[in-house]
Amino acid sequence: MTDIATTQPVPSTERSAFLRASYWLLRHPPVFTLILIVLVCLVVGSINPDFWQVSNLFDILRASVVRGLFALGVLVVLASGGLDVSFTAIAALVMYSVTMLATNWMPGMPIAVILALATFGGAALGAMNGILVDRLRAPSLIVTIGTQYVIRGFLLTFVGTALFMNIPGSMEAFGKLALIRYVEPNGAISTLPAFVLVLAVAAAVTWWMLERTLIGRAIYAVGGSPSVAERLGFSLRTVHVFVFAYAGLLAGIAGIMHVASNRLANPFDLAGTELDVIAAVILGGARITGGSGSVGGTLLGVVLITLVNNVLILVGIPTTLQLAIIGGFIVLAGAAFSIRRRP
Amino acid sequence: MKGALADRQLSFLALTNVAVLLAAVLLTGSGFIDLYNLQSMASQVPELGLLALGVMLAMLSGNGGIDLSGIALANLSGVVAYLVLRDTVSADDAPLVFTWSFAGIALAVGLAGGVLNGILVSHAGLTPIIATLGTQLFFTGIAVALTNGSAQTLGYVEPLDDFGNTPVLGVPQCFALFILIALLLGIVLRFSGFGIRLRLLGSNPKAAHYAGIPRRRMLFLTYTACGVLASVAGIVIAARTSSVKWDYGSSYVLIAILIAVMAGVRPEGGYGRVICVILSATALQMLSSLFNFMDISNFFRDFAWGVLLLLFLAASQIDLRAWIAPRH
Repeated sequence: MTDIATTQPVPSTERSAFLRASYWLLRHPPVFTLILIVLVCLVVGSINPDFWQVSNLFDILRASVVRGLFALGVLVVLASGGLDVSFTAIAALVMYSVTMLATNWMPGMPIAVILALATFGGAALGAMNGILVDRLRAPSLIVTIGTQYVIRGFLLTFVGTALFMNIPGSMEAFGKLALIRYVEPNGAISTLPAFVLVLAVAAAVTWWMLERTLIGRAIYAVGGSPSVAERLGFSLRTVHVFVFAYAGLLAGIAGIMHVASNRLANPFDLAGTELDVIAAVILGGARITGGSGSVGGTLLGVVLITLVNNVLILVGIPTTLQLAIIGGFIVLAGAAFSIRRRP
Repeated sequence: MKGALADRQLSFLALTNVAVLLAAVLLTGSGFIDLYNLQSMASQVPELGLLALGVMLAMLSGNGGIDLSGIALANLSGVVAYLVLRDTVSADDAPLVFTWSFAGIALAVGLAGGVLNGILVSHAGLTPIIATLGTQLFFTGIAVALTNGSAQTLGYVEPLDDFGNTPVLGVPQCFALFILIALLLGIVLRFSGFGIRLRLLGSNPKAAHYAGIPRRRMLFLTYTACGVLASVAGIVIAARTSSVKWDYGSSYVLIAILIAVMAGVRPEGGYGRVICVILSATALQMLSSLFNFMDISNFFRDFAWGVLLLLFLAASQIDLRAWIAPRH
């Protein structure tokens, strides 16, 4: 967290083309991820032509929404030099309590109100994380491991453990709303759900916030070097609370998307997917020590992880190997990008 | 100043142990302190205690040091040792050979995993969080792939089972081993050059660099030791439960960190005492057994552990302020 962003290696003109190419790659980590995506697609597609189907593309996009929303939140936290592992617990608590509230007291609650409640609830829980990280002055990983257990324990002890099979009508309708309806040559219909637009909007807002606003500058500055940022007049507390609240807000929305697309609210869902999401953000080129990372790279990372989770089965790689492969990706990406820090 | 702080932490933990014990006796009756229950609690301490010692070592080394892969590596060592021996050594015909080779293979896996973490952190220059997060998934993933996701039963292997469940002179063997390892580690950290250099490295990396401390070698050795400790925990788990599986102790990552933080180990590095980790592990174990006696759900237990972790982080904040502020 206290690492100072060091200067990038500057290739001299005498160096070989290979070295220059690899330096260029290291300075543009998302390209590395893009190459991996293309490779996975080509290999899987050549082994199993079923891969090249519109329905498969739609499936990957649909599966990317919840992970993508989480990843944007993690990106913002990482850029500020922190780490959050409590977002899945926030999403589970928000989605379950909002669904419960709507089902028991106001079955006709419109989707706008549901989303507003989830946004507010998620942001409040996230802000709590931020205040704790700021006040306890402990590594944010340790603090959010604590809040993750508090939130999940609270949900399962005091809120409930039973599934909601019949979710409110407005949520169900929202999940079924189709953006594109495509009829395959064999007559099967595949649809691209409209809620992928939520991810698009969230990505655009996050990009705008990080690149075009003062708080975005403050986030990167604090991530690069907290002490320098503080001397420049940025308030560490504001940045801490803001980034965790933002991550919580996105997690709240992601929870609702999860319920809408699965058409049930299960309080045990989403637990354990944190590492996938963090892997996606790291693969997208964000450094764990803060001060870097981009929305485009993060989305590429999300697509790569979703590909690994969804299509390896198409080429006969057993699903039991997925964890090991994603773990290997984290280590490789971490090792490749850590070279950037060397003088 | 450090001595005063340490004594304070130590006496605080000793008091906590007594308080939990008293509360347990008051709430559940004297059944809590009969020999059987004390022995059963003692035999549950080692697995978490060993993992917490690993977390403490990683935290000591500073620079955001932490080992998140402990329980994953513990499970992997058990799984690999079992799978290798399943078809080569018959547990019925040669239980002693089986037990010793089980321990040997598990330790070798732990050593290999620790070396991997060590290389990633020291030589590849990964942040400990990312390195051990990645290897946590990697180790778990291998264990899942090897067992197809199902638990493997060892069956009754007498020497191994004895090690996990039978007390000698009233003390469970695995608890005795844990105390022995902790004692050794404590002596190494307190009196050896390695221990002193490690604490210096953790408290001030820049000064350590100018003092000529070989940072990479220190980190490598530290994370390798964490791996070995994890595999010992793996052996204890296999002995106590007579089975190996990839998802044993899913909340142990949190609890191991909680034990270390409760013991006053500074997450920023440089300070931590083995004796405090032992006392913190026993206090937590008694609390957990108390929850068992009172039939409190696992969900509430997770909630309580999370609250405790945050409370102790807050408490260490107050302690540090009180002791460090007067110097300025």
